[in-house]
Amino acid sequence: MLTLQKRKSKPKYKNFQSRDVVRFFKVKRHLRSKLHTTWMVIGLIVVILLPFILGVGLYIKSLLLLEDQSLFNLLFSSDWRPLAGKFGFLTFIISSVWVTIIALLIAGPICLLTAIHLTQYAKNWVLKVVHPVIDILAGIPSVIFGVWGILIIVPFISDYIAPFLGKQSSGYSILAGSIVLAVMIIPFILNILIEVFRTLPDELKESSLSLGATKWQTIKFVLVKKAFPGIISAFGLGVSRAFGETIAVLMVVGNVTTIPKGLFQPGYPLPALIANNYGEMLSIPLYDSALMLAALVLFVVVMLFNLGSRIAISRLEEKG
Amino acid sequence: MEENAKIRVNDLNLSIGKQKILKNINLEIPERKITIILGPSGCGKTTFLKTLNRLTDLYPEMHVTGSITIDNDDILHTHKDITLLRQKMGLLSQRPYPLPMNIYNNVAYGLRISGRKKRRFLDKRVEHYLKQANLWDEVKDRLKDPASALSIGQQQRLCLARGLAVDPDIILADEPTSALDPISSEAIEKKFVELKQQYTIVMVTHVLRQARRIADYVVFMYLGEVIEQGTAEEIFQNPQQEITKQYLKGAFN
Repeated sequence: MLTLQKRKSKPKYKNFQSRDVVRFFKVKRHLRSKLHTTWMVIGLIVVILLPFILGVGLYIKSLLLLEDQSLFNLLFSSDWRPLAGKFGFLTFIISSVWVTIIALLIAGPICLLTAIHLTQYAKNWVLKVVHPVIDILAGIPSVIFGVWGILIIVPFISDYIAPFLGKQSSGYSILAGSIVLAVMIIPFILNILIEVFRTLPDELKESSLSLGATKWQTIKFVLVKKAFPGIISAFGLGVSRAFGETIAVLMVVGNVTTIPKGLFQPGYPLPALIANNYGEMLSIPLYDSALMLAALVLFVVVMLFNLGSRIAISRLEEKG
Repeated sequence: MEENAKIRVNDLNLSIGKQKILKNINLEIPERKITIILGPSGCGKTTFLKTLNRLTDLYPEMHVTGSITIDNDDILHTHKDITLLRQKMGLLSQRPYPLPMNIYNNVAYGLRISGRKKRRFLDKRVEHYLKQANLWDEVKDRLKDPASALSIGQQQRLCLARGLAVDPDIILADEPTSALDPISSEAIEKKFVELKQQYTIVMVTHVLRQARRIADYVVFMYLGEVIEQGTAEEIFQNPQQEITKQYLKGAFN
């Protein structure tokens, strides 16, 4: 206050120099601040636009094929002979769906039970120990899961599981892909589920218990029910993750272009198709376009699952 | 007074790590009366209420010693089934937490989990207790609606109905009106005065006026200790402790 008054009392227009200096710095400061905010906004716009750019790019690239053949035919035919100009995606779509569903069937129950145990039964320190382990698991490069699948899962299926069920299998199969995939999405789903169960209010649990419910009744009838949208969206996010996973699945799933008729037969999911063939036969424009369409299908499916799950989760949070 | 004490608390201590939440609580809570536990926020009232129906079991970090005797049974060291013990006490929390199911099932829940599943019986009970909680007329046409669709005041009455449905002896209420509008609050208060014919009511509050309106017996707590206890008349007209006098004058708010 005191310094301010002093300054005011000085006659105006006399102190040019220092005023200018002050002004210069002031302008520079503001300019900087403005520049920085502009960059931030640009960054934000890029992030928001990215999915659209990706989607539109893929669409434009796949137009060539879409103009040549109907989308319905492409999606529901299993005739895949690129050299003859036949691009039926059904084999790959079915393989993808198989692998994803089986992976979810394996991972889902494991994750749900683990999450319930960790949040409802286990002591606090257990969760504290397990949490980083889950994070580490989630951070392992997928190629390592692939190698592990080849070394352990594939031979295990061909030598034990398939013969035990009276089937023949090389081990490179839908089942192998699903198991590897399940292991990969477990930490991912588990992390979300733990969060979901943690956000449930203690008072809800207390209400149920105070009515004379046992702990298990409380979990079964109240907590799981309350968390249900969250559980579904955790699975949904898991599905979108599984559907797009490429390298680890590609390594163990066999990659044969026939519709898989059982767990022990090889399959050929969409991401594997793209990864295996892109860059090989680009001299055929339609082939190039077909792979782009495959990418677009993948992109749309994953986006839809992601969006749906996130909407469900945000609804859950609103409800409290 | 000593003759018909429903709940006796002796040397109750509760600590989390080194922090003592409840210190040497000694209390007698009379049967079929409204006992108000009064005190500023954070003095351990809610925690005390939770020890009464052993919800403290949920929090392994809480260390409880002493004894709480209900109907000649030391519930802290009992071999009886905890779930049965909890059924004897209906709990009403600060905010209503309806179970994630429809209105009907919220009330029927307590009966179902204890194995009574006959539809006719449940129908009758649900109606009876919804009437007891003054909610029946408002919800009788939409019993299948989710409970979360009710207003907060209605939800609180629903929680009361669901608590009564398991046929408790004791109602534990933790500031049950703090989230409610004045009209709903009054409805709950009135209900409590009616209910004390049949139930022993223990209610936590920091609303002095509410305590004056409905209390028969008052326990004043401060920083985890019971400072003073007695009939409403004794405490409100003639408090013995300096700290109680100050609180009653409103010095803490």
